[in-house]
Amino acid sequence: MDEKFEPLIIGFCCNWCSYAGADLAGVSRIQYPTSLRIIRVMCSGMIHPNLVVDALTKGGDGVLICGCHPGDCHYQDGNLKAEKRAEAITLMLEDFGIEPERFRLEWVSAAEGARFAQVVKEFTEQIINLGANPNRSG
Amino acid sequence: MKVPDVVGYAKTLPNVVYAENNLYTCSNDTQERIKEKIKEHQLNRVVVASCTPRTHEPLFRNTIREAGLNPYLFEMANIRDQCSWVHMHEFEKATIKSRDLVRMAVAKARLLEPLQRQSVPIVKSALVIGGGLSGMTSALEIANQGFDVYLVEREKEIGGNLRRIHYLLNGEKPQQELKTLITKVKENDRIHLFTEAKIETIEGSIGNFKTKIAINGDSREIEHGSVIVATGAKEYNPTEYLYGQHERVLTQLELEQRLAAGDGLLKSIGGNPRTVVMIQCVGSRDDERPYCSRLCCTHAVKNALKLKELSPTTNVYVLYRDIRTYGFKESYYTEARQKGVVFIRYDKDQKPGVSKNHDGLRVDVYDQTLGIPVEIATDLVVLSTGVVPHEDNKTIAQLLKVPINSEGFFLEAHMKLRPVDFATDGVFLAGLAHYPKTIEESIIQAQAASAKAATILSRESIELEGNISQVADENCDGCAYCVDPCPYKAITLLEYMREGAIKKTVEVNETVCKGCGCCQATCPKKGIFVRGFKLEQIGAQVDAALGVT
Ligand SMILES: Cc1cc2nc3c(=O)[nH]c(=O)nc-3n(C[C@H](O)[C@H](O)[C@H](O)COP(=O)(O)OP(=O)(O)OC[C@H]3O[C@@H](n4cnc5c(N)ncnc54)[C@H](O)[C@@H]3O)c2cc1C
Ligand code: FES
Repeated sequence: MDEKFEPLIIGFCCNWCSYAGADLAGVSRIQYPTSLRIIRVMCSGMIHPNLVVDALTKGGDGVLICGCHPGDCHYQDGNLKAEKRAEAITLMLEDFGIEPERFRLEWVSAAEGARFAQVVKEFTEQIINLGANPNRSG
Repeated sequence: MKVPDVVGYAKTLPNVVYAENNLYTCSNDTQERIKEKIKEHQLNRVVVASCTPRTHEPLFRNTIREAGLNPYLFEMANIRDQCSWVHMHEFEKATIKSRDLVRMAVAKARLLEPLQRQSVPIVKSALVIGGGLSGMTSALEIANQGFDVYLVEREKEIGGNLRRIHYLLNGEKPQQELKTLITKVKENDRIHLFTEAKIETIEGSIGNFKTKIAINGDSREIEHGSVIVATGAKEYNPTEYLYGQHERVLTQLELEQRLAAGDGLLKSIGGNPRTVVMIQCVGSRDDERPYCSRLCCTHAVKNALKLKELSPTTNVYVLYRDIRTYGFKESYYTEARQKGVVFIRYDKDQKPGVSKNHDGLRVDVYDQTLGIPVEIATDLVVLSTGVVPHEDNKTIAQLLKVPINSEGFFLEAHMKLRPVDFATDGVFLAGLAHYPKTIEESIIQAQAASAKAATILSRESIELEGNISQVADENCDGCAYCVDPCPYKAITLLEYMREGAIKKTVEVNETVCKGCGCCQATCPKKGIFVRGFKLEQIGAQVDAALGVT
């Protein structure tokens, strides 16, 4: 495996919990890999499956959706809807010949800076093991 | 990271007219500078790369508004909390990531659209659910500020748990106060009291709620601008320690009732008891209810002192796991010890045993300090039962779209920063419904909640969120997939005539939509989107991150 492989991961974080958890990781100076590019969304439930599939067909090495823990969603249960869609996304990825392991859904609360960093670390390692996305050009 | 490098990079991005480096972008000086630059270069979008939009977006939005731009034409790249601070030892990589984050923010900014916040008038009245001490206090406070209040109580009488509390540690007798309070509530012209009433539906949001109440088979609809949840809680109904099987096993509230009645401590046992054993943490801090009910330690000390006052020769034992008479009530615990109340610690895994013993009872407990089993013959066993939430809190929570915690109590927006707010705007919380708390804590919280409710009612109108859903009528074919997932029931299907044919589409109720975007993620045809978080806008960020623009 290419030693220098630097994965590029797209992260969708909901504003109320996970994005705040990511901020807390920063405030607490908890270090994690530089692989993640966070996009702030209002709720994990707003992410259309196409956004995930597109990101991976266009060459992203991984996509991470982070939402509030069940019961904590700012909009009641957007996260549970995201969870249901995650199953559909996995099937879509298989259709496209993309490893479903490139996609992950995690719950991170606003208080879980350390957990956020841990999730990024683990997911980055998982992606490194999978190797670069063959769809990536250049 | 190399900030000048990132600034230099930003200048090369398409559509970027101007970029500069500031030491403190949130300082007053810089706000003025941003305004100058907007005018000087006729900028129509602004991107700040610094800390987190969660704290600073409102500030910058305001700044660009002052420079004449629509506040929604602003985007932030979080290169501090989510980059430099978490990659402190990776200078090069953090710089590359910052460039990416700036490129993503610019990509989104390019597609931002000016948004208008709608404003709607406020209905100047409040709904208070629950007519206990907290609910009555809230209702009076709001009424005294000149607003109408609908106070809804499901029982025949108002007063809640306070009706069963007859004396306090400091010697006060709350029943007199309760009577006065009830009279004040009933006589207040602005308070509309409904008893034996049930909340059926609650619709709408801050400023404009509509609630249906069922009263004696009748249904009434009321309109209000804010809500206070004060549904309280109840004493745990024990099944352990022979409660309900032996007449001499009581709860603390039942003991209190009898002590307050005064006519010989207990008629049934022919006068003052020789011995009373109290057992703490009954129905609290166990596997089913892991939380501490907070009040029971103080309640036991209160009743133990009362017993000693009425009958100094009565032996009082308190079997406890941990004891805490919190606040300034430690001195009463000391006083109880001085008066001869014996405190014996037991373990969760070695609970005391209660059995019949002739007319009275026998309590067996392993004394941890002495390291031996102790047997106490007693006239009375008093259970310090926990406080448990009402089962139908769930219904109220669902109607109001507010959370309850795993224990069944209502959960405020933030334990420290927003103590009486719910995350849902316009809805507030007071009293036992939140967690077990004393009378004075309930009153303080009720006053705080009513002050918050009044700040809403005193306004004429309220601005709605700008980032909410909008239908793209040209794409929508009325499949209605988005209708059910909407947690706010903000979307309705409708049909209209277009070019001589029936066109199906959906409609968003803008005063109800919160912009969660479940509709957008469900729609297969881009027929509905959230302003400011359109698929194209998010997609542009993805593309920019991947460098495929
Ligand atoms: C066992 C016990 C012992 C206590 N001992 C002490 C003490 O010694 N000292 C002290 O300071 N404090 C004590 N307290 C606490 C004190 O009673 C409360 O802090 C105070 O009475 C405030 O209660 P509240 O109004 O929040 O709730 P409650 O008194 O529970 O009132 C809530 C009201 O809401 C009504 N309600 C509930 N659900 C609904 C619904 N869905 N729709 C309409 N109405 C509804 C209920 O019928 C009730 O009338 C004790 C509490 C308990 C339970
Ligand atoms: S707001 Fe965090 S998942 Fe819905």
